Order: sequence, then structure tokens, then C-alpha cells
Amino acid sequence: MLHIHNSFNAQLSFFQKIRRIDYILLFCILLLGVISSFSMYSTDGGNILFHSKSHISKFLIFFPLMIIFSFFSIKFWHFVSYIFYVIVLLSLIWASIYGIKASGSQRWINLYFINLQPSELMKIAIIACLAKYYHRIQMDKINSFQGILIAVVILILPIMLVVSQPDLGTSILIALSGLVVVWLAGINIQYFLYSFLSLLVSLPFVISFLKPYQKLRVLTFIDPDKDPLGAGYQIIQSKIAVGSGGFSGKGFLKGTQSYLEFLPEKHTDFIFTLFAEEHGFIGAVFLLLIYITIIYRVLKIGFISRSYFAKLFCYGYGSAIFFYVTVNMSMVLGMLPIVGSPLPIMSYGGSSMLATMIGFSIVMSAKINHKQLIA
Amino acid sequence: MFGQDFTGRKLQIINRRMFIIGAAKLVIFTGIISRLFSLQITENKKYLTLSDKNRLREWRLPPIRGEFLDYFGNTIAGNLKVYQLHVIPEQVEDFKYLMLRLKEILKLTNSEFNKLIKKKNSQKSWETLVVSENLSWEQFAKLNYFLHDLVGAKPVLSVSRDYPFKEHYTHVLGYVSEASQKDILNNEAIKKNHVPGLKIGKTGLEKSYENDLIGTNGIQRYEVNAYGKRINQIDHQEGLKGKTIKLTLDTEVQKLCTKLLRDVAGSISVMDIYTGEIVAMHSSPSFDPNLFLFGISQDDWQMIRNNPLKPLVNKTIAGQYSPGSTIKPIVALSALENDVVSPEFKVNCTGKTEMYGQTYHCWKKKGHGVVNLRDAMKQSCDTYFYEIARKLGVDRLQETAFKFGLGEKVLDKTYSNEKKGLIPSTQWKKDKLGKGWVIGETLITGIGQGYMQTTPLQLCLMTAQLANGGYKIYPKITVNENDDTLEDIKYMIKKNEQYAKEKGDNPSETVEQLFSFIKEKKHQILYRNPENIKFVLNAMFASTNEIRGTSYSSRIKNPKYQFAGKTGTSQVKRITEKDRELDLKTIEIPYDERDHALYIAFGPYKNPRYALSIVVEHGGSGSSTAAPMAKKLFKLIIDRHELREKNKN
Repeated sequence: MLHIHNSFNAQLSFFQKIRRIDYILLFCILLLGVISSFSMYSTDGGNILFHSKSHISKFLIFFPLMIIFSFFSIKFWHFVSYIFYVIVLLSLIWASIYGIKASGSQRWINLYFINLQPSELMKIAIIACLAKYYHRIQMDKINSFQGILIAVVILILPIMLVVSQPDLGTSILIALSGLVVVWLAGINIQYFLYSFLSLLVSLPFVISFLKPYQKLRVLTFIDPDKDPLGAGYQIIQSKIAVGSGGFSGKGFLKGTQSYLEFLPEKHTDFIFTLFAEEHGFIGAVFLLLIYITIIYRVLKIGFISRSYFAKLFCYGYGSAIFFYVTVNMSMVLGMLPIVGSPLPIMSYGGSSMLATMIGFSIVMSAKINHKQLIA
Repeated sequence: MFGQDFTGRKLQIINRRMFIIGAAKLVIFTGIISRLFSLQITENKKYLTLSDKNRLREWRLPPIRGEFLDYFGNTIAGNLKVYQLHVIPEQVEDFKYLMLRLKEILKLTNSEFNKLIKKKNSQKSWETLVVSENLSWEQFAKLNYFLHDLVGAKPVLSVSRDYPFKEHYTHVLGYVSEASQKDILNNEAIKKNHVPGLKIGKTGLEKSYENDLIGTNGIQRYEVNAYGKRINQIDHQEGLKGKTIKLTLDTEVQKLCTKLLRDVAGSISVMDIYTGEIVAMHSSPSFDPNLFLFGISQDDWQMIRNNPLKPLVNKTIAGQYSPGSTIKPIVALSALENDVVSPEFKVNCTGKTEMYGQTYHCWKKKGHGVVNLRDAMKQSCDTYFYEIARKLGVDRLQETAFKFGLGEKVLDKTYSNEKKGLIPSTQWKKDKLGKGWVIGETLITGIGQGYMQTTPLQLCLMTAQLANGGYKIYPKITVNENDDTLEDIKYMIKKNEQYAKEKGDNPSETVEQLFSFIKEKKHQILYRNPENIKFVLNAMFASTNEIRGTSYSSRIKNPKYQFAGKTGTSQVKRITEKDRELDLKTIEIPYDERDHALYIAFGPYKNPRYALSIVVEHGGSGSSTAAPMAKKLFKLIIDRHELREKNKN
């Protein structure tokens, strides 16, 4: 009991908190923000138009907010995790009923100052929720029937809601983020194997439930040249853009593929393509290194965190960023089917940036309070 | 609350599992980097090409067609500036609206309108759709007035083929019209330079010189966006104009030919007897080739196609006629060369002759009385020629006829529609008809009837080769840089002649040896004895310039213009005994059954330079219809001779 009280009492002064900020992580996030602003400027054809304006202003709002939220104690984040999850889950339900419909799916809630996409927030909420869940559960309960069932319910509910929007990309990312937390928490490997096998068996049934456009995406991924002007168009044009960038790229604002509008969705999912076209192999690898550094810092913070919640969240979030980055990049490089998945901070999109920043707030809070334990 | 142990276990597991995931992450990041490497470095070239293919698009401009000049440098097929209306469908927002507006403004008919829509659907969206190829000034002005309402329509100044001399050169030049799918497939040059609406030669010289005339495309290279919109021009390449081709033809003579043959079907050819240059070549009736440039109207086309005088046939090279009496110089020459008869050989013509149970008539019912070879030529006595043809035989006649250019194409590859004619022989009949030769057929062949068929140009060449003293020449219609000059040709002929004299008998073979180093042009000797040629030419002189000669009434006394010729009247239909009794005048016979009128001539007689042939289909007799034309022609040709000589480069 004593040591717990000790940690409770270890209140940090403001100055101490400032000193404990992870400046490398902060710098990398800022760097990404700057790079993304320039990329957005490039997608607007070398002008500050709607996308660049909106993106830069969002970054300028969310980045300071992220720093401010970092000063919240990790206990606060632990405390709000369930509430956060429930609110986002309710928003998902709300979105599925009253949400804004656009391009065939219903995933946004109109909050007047922002069109919020709850599924993006769920990517964080699920990690926080599961982290809290495993923080509170005892080791021997983890692999109990009840323990697993609750975890599965926490996972399944949002995934089903997001799939029905429909938004395959985000639901896959939510699933991956949640599963990695469950795995880290120590679920028996056998369960993973069993569920993986049963997934394989049920795959034909799953496919039969896929929307026609989703089936087409999978087929297109297998052979993009089959329908080069139709479904394969995105993959082909993206590969052309990246490939033609070469070693050092075509130069800032000189990416012909995006400038001449051959590249689809260049603001969002294909922002990496634009970057790789304009800045080449060097630029692409540099950007990847920034992400690797961020992931490394997040995992390291998890490693030094004394509280289980903070540790599990950081590990989970670090892995989630890894998933976001690799799924997005593999997709635009033609290694995975096209499923909508933004590149954190780089891609245009307020909800995605908000969610990412909340994630970083928690991680930063964990860093500042890494010695703190949570009851 | 929570045991330290449990927390310890949890931490142990989480750290171990994190390590596993971390390792997996490294592997996957390596995978992504190697993918980047393969796309951006290994396959960079491939993707750069693909990217350029995306963004660069070429617009080919129509090539400017080469021109045709006459011998004096007048443009006879040129390029005219025309106002056209172009639309590039992909740059038009509302294509339907635009087309309906244009239909209204240009007053297009429904069928023209539908044709345009069909054309638009058959080409790529960025290719130019030529809405109108030749706007009148009023249409052009009206369009410009409404242009603000016609987004995407572009009035442009372009060039189009123009034949300033209209019907005078129709058959020589042919005409151009829009290239068909077949034209594009069959000709590499057209395929390479094709743009929508490109006009190419369809017949005549326009067709045979297509590859020289076509020129090359100008190219405009633009950067385009994904929707095909031109963003900026990268590069502009001027096309090369096609070659200008100078012809040997004289427009003034050509015009006279047109005038002489007005309202009749027929052909006139005039040739330089040394250089082989065709001075004039006209087939009648003709039509205005300009009609074909912008799509001929159905009415005009039907009128040309259904004209019984067949304006679409180039009769000079594709019309095959029995030569009639115009073959007699060759028959006489052949008989002399083969020592079948001497000039003193005489026959008594009573108007008809019985041979092998058949009656053969002379054209003169009362007969010519006793005639020798010169008289027979002069008065065109058929009875005499039946006799010498019988003695000569068709095979020896064929040999001589071949030598002088009958029975084979004159301009060889220049015109795809040129006909060979036919010079029969016993072997030919056996091969082609599977029957033996009948002696009666030899008789009628001797007066140019029966199987024998010749083109007007062949007759002209034959006359030229007689007139120049019996030397081979090489007819041509274009002026080329390395053509032999008159002096070269005369020198070669003289050398041939001297050599022949030295070698004596059978000179034609030895000459081939002498000039074997000059591969193609040898101007070889076509006779065995030059005196025979002289005799034939003299007999032709008599036919035109001595009393009782068949073309005596068309003679010119002035030695400057004096010419010598041979008339011909070739039967189209077998004359029955009843016809003979009726003895109708030409105009009393139905058009289709009237005789063809022919005339061959050369002049000036003293120092010949030009040969000509005239054929008037169903024109009656050669002496009344064809020979008078020669008189007018020689006047003009010889008057223009000096000019022609001066113009020689």
C-alpha cells in the first residue's frame, strides 16, 4: 500500500513537467506537420487554397493543444479511458443514424466547426480502453473465458459499426490496434492461432458479405492492369508517380502526376505518393525515418513507463502508428489492396489529426509522468 | 490491491511480446524500403516513361501537300488557303449544344450533321473534328460573330488542294479526297502522316506520287492533365512540305486538247519524239476535280458516273481501241523489214477481194485500181494491206508492233490503271482462246481490226518512234534532274546509227552490246534497214500532203508546220452486207455503232520533233474528224516549240 501512496504523492512541478517532455518526439511531430503543410501546398498546385489552409490551421490548433493536454496527469487519461471509449462508441451509433452521407458511406457527424469522423477517434479510444481494461484485470483472468469475452466485445462493437458505414480501411486499423493490445496483454498465443484459422475458414463467407466495390478493390489489387482506367487506375497511377520520382524526385511542386491530376485522392490517402514523386527515394526514406523515430520514441516511453496502463497504451499506440504508416504505404506502393487509410499527420483530415494528437498527448503525458503508478 | 507478482508477470509478458512485435516491425519497414527502392531506382526508367506517356500528348498537324507544276512552272495542282471550322470534342463542355448551334449557323443538312456525329464517335476525343473544310466567307464571318456562344469551336485558316485548271488536267493528275481506312493500311507514308481529314491522292499522279507529295506532319507537343486538357505547349515541330513535281505537259496545248474534244469522247496525246516528254495528254470528257475536295455532292457524282461518255475513264491510257488504218505504217514497215514485199509490189484493188471463200472489202467501194505500197499507204487501201498481211503473217507483224511499243504499258508504273492493249499472234490465240489461228484473222489484223487493241498513248509512242528514225524512246510525264538532254539523246542515236552501219546486218542486237554499259537507256535501233523507215515516213507524208491522200484536206503547206500522218477509222461493229447497201452517213447511224476516228501524225515533216495521236470515239472517219484536229494542234505545238526549248532549265 505504501509505495502506491508514494507515487500518488509524487506531484511534479510545472517546470519539472516541461523538462520531462520528449523533445525528440515533439520535434518529429512538428517536422511532420511542416512537411505535411508543404505537401498540402503542393497538392493545391503551388497555391494556398482550401486544403492547405485547412490543414495548416488544424495543425496549428491541434499541435499546441496536444502539448497542453500532455500536462494532464496519466491518471487523468486512465480515468477517462472508458468514458472516452463509450462516448466515441455512442458517436459511431449516432453517425450511423444521423451522420452525413458522402461518397456512398455515412461516417461523419456535423459539429459545425468540424465534420467529426468518430471512427478515427475510435482508433485511439480502443487502445486506451483496452489498456485500462488490462491494467485493471488480474493476470490469471486475462485468459479466462470472461476476460476474453469482454475484450472481444470491446473490439467487436466498434468494428462492426465502422464496417457497416462502410469503411473497411478504418475498421481494419481499429481491429489491428485493438488486437495488438490484446496480444501484448498476454492472451494465449493459441487463441490467436485458432481465431486466425477460423478467419481463414470463414474468409469465403466474409467475402460474400463484402460490398461489390470492396470485392473489386481486392480483385484489382491482385491484377491492377486488368482494368487500367477503372478500378486499377489508382494503383497504377500511384506506382507510376512513385516510380517516376526516381532517386531524388522531380522536385518540389514539380510532381507531374499530381500536378496534372493523374493521382487520385492526393490530399488524403495518396499524400505519400505525391511526396515520393516530388522528393524521390531520398525523401521517401527520410519521411519513413521520421515515422520510425516517432514509433521508436513512443515505444521507448512505454518501456520506461512504470504504470501498466501507460506502458500498454504506448506499446499499443506505437504499434498502431506502425500499422497506419505501413498499411498506407503498402497500399500506395501496390503491396496491399486500396483500403482507405490516412497517413498520420501527413494526410488531410481533421478527425485523423485530432485522434493522432490525442494519442500523442497521452504518450507525452506518460513520458512526463513515467514514474507514476496508477492504482 | 494487485499483487506485485501479477504485475511483474504482466510486465514480463508485455515486454517480451513487444520485442517480438518490434522485430516484426523492422522486417516490414525493410520491406517497404526495398519496395521503394525497386520502384524508384530499379524500375525508375519504366515509370518515368509511363509518366511522360501520361502527361505528354502530341497533336499532329496536317502535312502540306507538294504541288504539281506544268513545264513552264505554272501551278496546276496547288494549295489554296481555306477557312475551316475545327472542334476538339474533349475541350467542349456541351458538345451536343455546340453541334446543334453549328448546325443552325452553317445550315448543315441532317445527313451532314449525322455524318459529323458518326465521325466524332469514330475518333479519339482529343483528335480534331473537322466540322467544315471549306467555309464560305459569309459562314466564316457569321461564325466569328457568334463565337462567344460557341465554346470549343475554332475557325482556322488551313490549306486545301486546288486545281486551278479544273478539267484540263483531271485524268493526268487525278484528284485527292479524304483517306479511307484502306488507304491508311496500304500505304506506310499515309499511315505515318495521317491526321483526321487528311486528303490523299485517289487516282492519277496524285496517287502514284503520293509518297513524294505527302510531306510530313508538323507536331505540337503539349503537357496535358488527366482530363486531356492542354496545360502548356512543350515543343513545336514544323512539318516539311511535300515535294513539288514538275510535269512535261504544256498547259496551252492541254487547253487546246480540251477544246478540240469538247462534247465528244476521246483522247489526244502529244509527245516529244526524242525525249519522250509527253507534251499533252487529255481524255475527254473530263470533269472538275475540285468537286471531290470537300466531298462531292450526290447529284454531281451521279452525273459524272452515269455519263455515257465515261468521264471517269482515262482513255489515253486505259481506253483500248482497234487501231484501224493507223496500224498500216507498222504493217508496211514489217513487210519491208522482213523482205516480204518491195515498195514496187503492186495490187489491183477492185473494192473487194475474195480469199478462202470470204469477201474482204476495201473502204472504197469502187476500189483504188492498181496501187503500189506508197499509194496504198497514202490512200489507205485495205485490199493492198490484206495482201501484204497475208504474205507477212501475224507473228512477224506482232514482232514489229512490239518493237514500236504496242502491246505493253507506255508509262509502266506511273498509272495503276494503264492498259496493255493486245497484239495478237498465233501462239497467243492458241494460249488464250485455245483455237488455231485463221488466215482471215491475219487479213483483218493487217488493217488494224480483229483482236488488235491499242491505247492512244501507245499509238503516239509508235508514231514518235517511227518519226525519230526508228529509235527507242522512253516516254515520261515528269521532269527529273538527271534526265538526258536532247543533245545526249541525239548523240546516242547517232552513235547507234554509225555502229549499225559499220556492223551491217541485224544491228539491233549489236547495239545492245555496245551500249550495255548504259543499263536502262539505250535508244536502241528498232529497224533493220533505215531506208524502210524513211519509206514509211514518206508514205505518211503523201497521205497528208499529196492529192488523194486521206488527210489531204487537213494539210498545212507552210513547211514550218507541215506534218505527216495516217488516218484510221476503226469499226466498232461488224459491217453487214445490208449496212453496205445502205451506206449511211455517220450521223444516221446510232452513236454506239459509229466508227472510231483515229489519227496519228508527226511534224514538222522536214525536221520532226513531235508526234501525236488522236482518238475520237464514234467520231466517224479519221480523215473527217480526227485529222483536222491535228492541224490545229501542230500550229500551236510548233509555235510553242521555241518557248519550250528556252524553258529548258
